Amino acid sequence: MQPARHHWRKFKNASMQAVTCLCALLVVVPLGLIFYHVLKSGFSSVNWAFFTQLPKPVGEAGGGMANAIGGTFELLGLAALLGVPLGVLGGVFLSEYGSLRLNWTVRFAADVLNGVPSIIWGMVVYALVVVPMKGFSAWAGGIVLGMMMVPLIMRTTEEVLLLVPNGYREAALALGIAQWRTVLQIVIRTALKGIITGILLALARVAGETAPLLFTAFGNRFWNHHLSDPIAAVPRQIFDYAISPYEDWHRQAWAGALVLLLFVAIVNVSVRVLTRDRFAKRS
Amino acid sequence: MDGQLVSSHPLRRASGNLARRAVGDRVFQWLTLVMAVSVFVLIILIGYELAHGSHLALRKFGWRFLTSSNWDPVNEQYGALPFIFGTLVSSGLALAIAVPLSIATAVYLTEIAPHWLRQVLTLFIELLAAVPSVILGFWGMYIMVPFLSANVFPHLQKLLGFLPLFRGPSYGPCMLSGGIILAIMVVPIITSVSREILRSVPGLQREAAFALGATRWEVTRIAVLSYAKKGLFGAVILGLGRALGETMAVTMVIGNTPQIGASLLSPGYTMASAIANEFTEATTDVYLSALFELGLVLLGVTVLVNALAQLLLKTFAGRSVKPQN
Amino acid sequence: MPMTTEPKDPRPPARLSPPLPAPASEQGPAAPGLSTPAVSAQELSIFFGSNHVLKRVSLDIPARAVTAIIGPSGCGKSTFLRSLNRMHELVPTARMEGRILLFGQDIYARDVEPVLVRRRVGMVFQKSNPFPTMSIADNATVGLRLNGMRNRSVLAERMEQSLVMAALWDEVKDRLGAPAVSLSGGQQQRLCIARALAVQPEVLLMDEPASALDPLATAKIEDLILELQKDYTIIIVTHNMQQAARISDNTAFFYLGELVEYGPTSKIFTSPAKKQTEDYVTGRFG
Repeated sequence: MQPARHHWRKFKNASMQAVTCLCALLVVVPLGLIFYHVLKSGFSSVNWAFFTQLPKPVGEAGGGMANAIGGTFELLGLAALLGVPLGVLGGVFLSEYGSLRLNWTVRFAADVLNGVPSIIWGMVVYALVVVPMKGFSAWAGGIVLGMMMVPLIMRTTEEVLLLVPNGYREAALALGIAQWRTVLQIVIRTALKGIITGILLALARVAGETAPLLFTAFGNRFWNHHLSDPIAAVPRQIFDYAISPYEDWHRQAWAGALVLLLFVAIVNVSVRVLTRDRFAKRS
Repeated sequence: MDGQLVSSHPLRRASGNLARRAVGDRVFQWLTLVMAVSVFVLIILIGYELAHGSHLALRKFGWRFLTSSNWDPVNEQYGALPFIFGTLVSSGLALAIAVPLSIATAVYLTEIAPHWLRQVLTLFIELLAAVPSVILGFWGMYIMVPFLSANVFPHLQKLLGFLPLFRGPSYGPCMLSGGIILAIMVVPIITSVSREILRSVPGLQREAAFALGATRWEVTRIAVLSYAKKGLFGAVILGLGRALGETMAVTMVIGNTPQIGASLLSPGYTMASAIANEFTEATTDVYLSALFELGLVLLGVTVLVNALAQLLLKTFAGRSVKPQN
Repeated sequence: MPMTTEPKDPRPPARLSPPLPAPASEQGPAAPGLSTPAVSAQELSIFFGSNHVLKRVSLDIPARAVTAIIGPSGCGKSTFLRSLNRMHELVPTARMEGRILLFGQDIYARDVEPVLVRRRVGMVFQKSNPFPTMSIADNATVGLRLNGMRNRSVLAERMEQSLVMAALWDEVKDRLGAPAVSLSGGQQQRLCIARALAVQPEVLLMDEPASALDPLATAKIEDLILELQKDYTIIIVTHNMQQAARISDNTAFFYLGELVEYGPTSKIFTSPAKKQTEDYVTGRFG
């Protein structure tokens, strides 16, 4: 091989390695920038008032996002009521029962649902819940978030259950334990950590959703006292403040963004750390 | 003497605990089936509500809905072309930016990076995927767009202003900003799916190329990338599906002006943004129905694109990849 | 009652009422007559789809003895074992013809619950599989608890009994709450045996129980089997012929899904009737 050609190949090899490395670092830059700016602009505004006070009337400075934070938790609770049973038990069906063809179809449908834009979910629940109820409500918000969670939780639950070695199922059945008890008290119990992980990730995911809440929960400048009333949520509040012309509201939006971002980041990171522990112990 | 055991311990169904157990099996299986089938119910609900809601507009406008660019609620004229245009262009831009970056990153992570760096970078990319869209939009609106409009767009206009793509007045919130924000959102998913695809390429392929004396990059190019072409394409299409449906982040940086123009530096409007901004303002039934029809178009496009992506990924790797985050 | 020091319970193995909180008395009738085989397979054939895995096997296995099933891999010995507690039915395409009698009762009769069969016929697997989320004590009693038994004192009693019978009690008695996975491989397998014994089966099936264990642990398992044999009927599948020769009273040699020869272990290994058997036990193939 001629030395010139060889040098060219070596050069190309090294430069491509450098290029891909650069791309990888470039990809992470936005993350760093976002965290930096959110921390910088939001840190000073996150104070006790932020967590405990309601928004002040337009034009007045101060106030907080207490109702939005409470609202987000309420919505997550409602969403979990709908999403967790459907998702987990559906995942159990995919993993333990069913036929090849039916399960393939269900999985495909779940994947399709995962790809439906969040705003479309909002429109559907608007027509389904808001119109009959003649108004925006926490119910509608909880329902739309719950529906969005179902395919997510279903797939992660199925994945985790499939990882449970068959030997445990066989051992339980060989003891004369009925199949449903085997699934419930042996298989699910073994995979419980993974199932909870999936639920937490799904919750963190829908906690940050704004679009579906735009015309379901709608938002509220006060506390929500009845589930049939509109309810505030952190992402919605951030959006409203962000597009407003008021400087003070922008400041509060940064604070809200910081709180939301930290919440989502902490859930995601701790989940990864926990699952890594699981693998380490196994090997 | 022999027969005593036979009568004393019947294996037959007994009442009480045993019958309960058989029922338990059936009930539990039926319960999980019903829960699993809920996905079909959800799909039907979505399809039905959108079709039902857009019925009015479908009847009134027909195909004109898709071909007219006159979106004029005051005069009850609804042509969705600007939104379709905006969605396609912004998503196309996003892919143009994100695909090379993502695939290069995926290659780096699977073939080149040292082990410890792999885990760290993967964590960061997963974190980026988890950032809520409204926060990204907020950051884009107040940090990225002012920066670009002050430092980047003027230079782009100076250098490339002869191209129709960069001609005309430049605004901060514009199609290009929308494309960039979408690219940031779409990079994590294309990267992670591509990573899985590249990882599933059998080691034998690489070994054969190495044995022929190829450099690391040549191995990657010949044995890995071309083998994984189909799967990588599927990853890209998956990213496209995500970009098409994205609402909040785009709304905050794209300018929200329904117009069709050649310049990337002028504002645009996507289908999702239009729905988000105008839904609660829709005062008449026709207006609302037009927005529902917009949603129907968006749903149709997104579902088709996602289905295509799943098909590509399934037939490549033999397993389906769930679009997480 | 000084039951805790007894290594085994002197009651006969015919525990006829299910170990549930049933009001029926626990004492069964007299021990089965010697002429009733514990397990009797009659013209047993098993198909997985179109695959004819077991071909018309007929075999009578005596009670309170150890019967070994030997043969090269793929000969159907595991499938045969699993048909004795209806575990082969877990494969969706499984189909069987013929009969299997457990102490004279057809276990495949139309109205028989597989779950009940499996409580009378226990099984220990090749790879030990104590449930990872449970402690040692919970593992031992899981068969009882998940079948509805709630009486704490009975559970504690059975747990101790079964751990004693599995020769594990002394090693774990002061850490019963420890996770089961903290035990060594051999200990885990003995725990699985205890777990199976706790439901008081009449027959114990063992599918190569020591093949994943080191020689020391294997020896302990073999000693255990010889002890258990006094009260239980044990059927053990093994690819280790020396093991079969050491611990079994009778041996059945399977080849390509057929029962080639069955008889007292001493005879099978010293003067087998069929040439195939002789070739296998002398190591000419397998």
